[in-house]
Formats: sequence, structure tokens, C-alpha cells
Amino acid sequence: MSDVVAALQGAVYDGFAKVEAAGPRGMITVKGDLAASVLKNATTGVAGVDFPGQGEANCVGEKGICWMAPDEVLVLVPYAEVPDAVGRMEKVLAGTHHLIANVSDARALFFVSGLDAREVIAKLTPADVSPSAFRPGQFRRTRLAQVPAAFWMRDAETFEVICFRSVARYVFDLLKTAALPGSEVGYF
Amino acid sequence: MLILHCPYCGVDADETELAPGGEAHLKRFGPDSSDEDFEGYLFHRENPKGVHFERWRHANGCGKWFHAARCTTTMEVFGTYSAQLTEPPKEICDKISGKRPGWSWRIFG
Ligand SMILES: [Zn+2]
Repeated sequence: MSDVVAALQGAVYDGFAKVEAAGPRGMITVKGDLAASVLKNATTGVAGVDFPGQGEANCVGEKGICWMAPDEVLVLVPYAEVPDAVGRMEKVLAGTHHLIANVSDARALFFVSGLDAREVIAKLTPADVSPSAFRPGQFRRTRLAQVPAAFWMRDAETFEVICFRSVARYVFDLLKTAALPGSEVGYF
Repeated sequence: MLILHCPYCGVDADETELAPGGEAHLKRFGPDSSDEDFEGYLFHRENPKGVHFERWRHANGCGKWFHAARCTTTMEVFGTYSAQLTEPPKEICDKISGKRPGWSWRIFG
């Protein structure tokens, strides 16, 4: 089998915050009735984290569950574990109305880290990312400049950003430009 | 800047995260309808200076459609509500009546 390479894998920019393109990450879209215990069991079983509430992301390391919409979550697992995770969830959800789609290769993942990582994100999205409005544990689908994206915080100084793989270069360049030394805003 | 509260994901979405969907609560008239009804469904739209009801989609967000009631003159938002409703909910109509006494829009008000 050929080696899997993520979009812009290994690209790094050291500005007033650090921007990194991550390696491959397993991302599985699960749609269905989020209130159903069978769906909660299926997703938490493979991700090993608590089921998130509205607008939340529960992530530990490479695993997690992000709340995407009232009928959709995104399950994160290490890339190599995707086939197994999909199989296990299909088994648990068999016979119920649901959809499971492996979207790993359709997405790109970036890390923005540093004391002023918030500033980089705030320059690009209309979402309120002030420390009082956005903290680790929360999840936000929004746009970065002209393309759809979503992000959550791994810790107080690190954002994880996802977008469509087809716009990975655009998003990396946006983050890079927003992190240019000398362009600090100092708002937060 | 227009900011609408998405009733599906709870986000206060900025206008640039939303896609406009035109007038709310249109009733579709199809092939068996009268020419007059069909023309009205296709072409006749409200264009009020004041209270208005619209459809919006949380495009750069949860992706869901919803309804919004707002004032086109002041940009004041009276409220947003589920896309599944075929008419504005009573609490939103009451709120509008408190702020714009005597308002009317199509068959509502
Ligand atoms: Zn929404």
C-alpha cells in the first residue's frame, strides 16, 4: 500500500505564533439521533471520551468527539485506527437510521500554538474567540477568511484547525500571514 | 452588521457566516394551480420598510436552515425560529407587537 501523506504535511511557520500542518488524522462523520444512547455508545466506544454537548469538543490526544450540528458529530481517532473504528460503530448502530463516513482524506488539520495563538485565529474569523467566550472544550464551525473551517483548543495556548483538504494551502497561508512577526494586535 | 442567533447550534452568527434564503413562509403553487397563484408564488415578494420575515442558512456553521424576524429599517432582530414552522411563533409576534404596534406582514400581524 502507498504511504499516506497529509496535506502540506510537515509545513511549519514560526511567527508570533507557531503554525504547523499536522500529519494524517482519522476523522469520521457520524450522523443520526444524537440523543440516542446507541449513537453515544458507538462514538464514545471508539473515541474513549465523553459525548460532547452542543458546541463542545472533547478531545484527548489524537482522539475525540466534536459536536458539528444537532444531528452530526465528528469522531477523531489516529489515522490507522479508522477502518476498525468505522467497523465497530457500524456494528453498534446496525439497524438504526444513521450515516458513518470516513472523511479523513477530505480534510486538513493545522495546529496554531503560542501565547498569542488566539490573535491569529481572531484575525481570520468573525467568531468571538476572546478568552471569556472561547475556551478549551468548546468547538466552533465558522469560516477563516473565505473558506469554511472549524477549530477547538487543545489547551490554553493551542488551537486545532480543520478545513477541506482542497483549501489546505490557502488556509496555511492565511494562518502564516496572520502570524507574521510585527503584525501583533495585542487585543487579548 | 447583522447577527442572527442560530436556533439549531446556539451560535450567534455574523452575517458573513450565513447565506440568505429570501422571504419566509412562501406557499408553493405547482402545476395544477391557477396562473394567478403560480405567478404570485414565483414572482411576488414582500419588500417592506420595517417588519420582515426571512429564511437564512447557517452555511459557515451547522448548515441548518432557520427563520428570522427583523426590521429592515433599523436592523433590529426580533428573533429566530425553527425552519419547520409554517408561521411565526406567538412569542415573536407578541414581541414585535410590543415594539411595532399595528404591524402587519402578509396574513400575519
Ligand atoms: Zn447553526
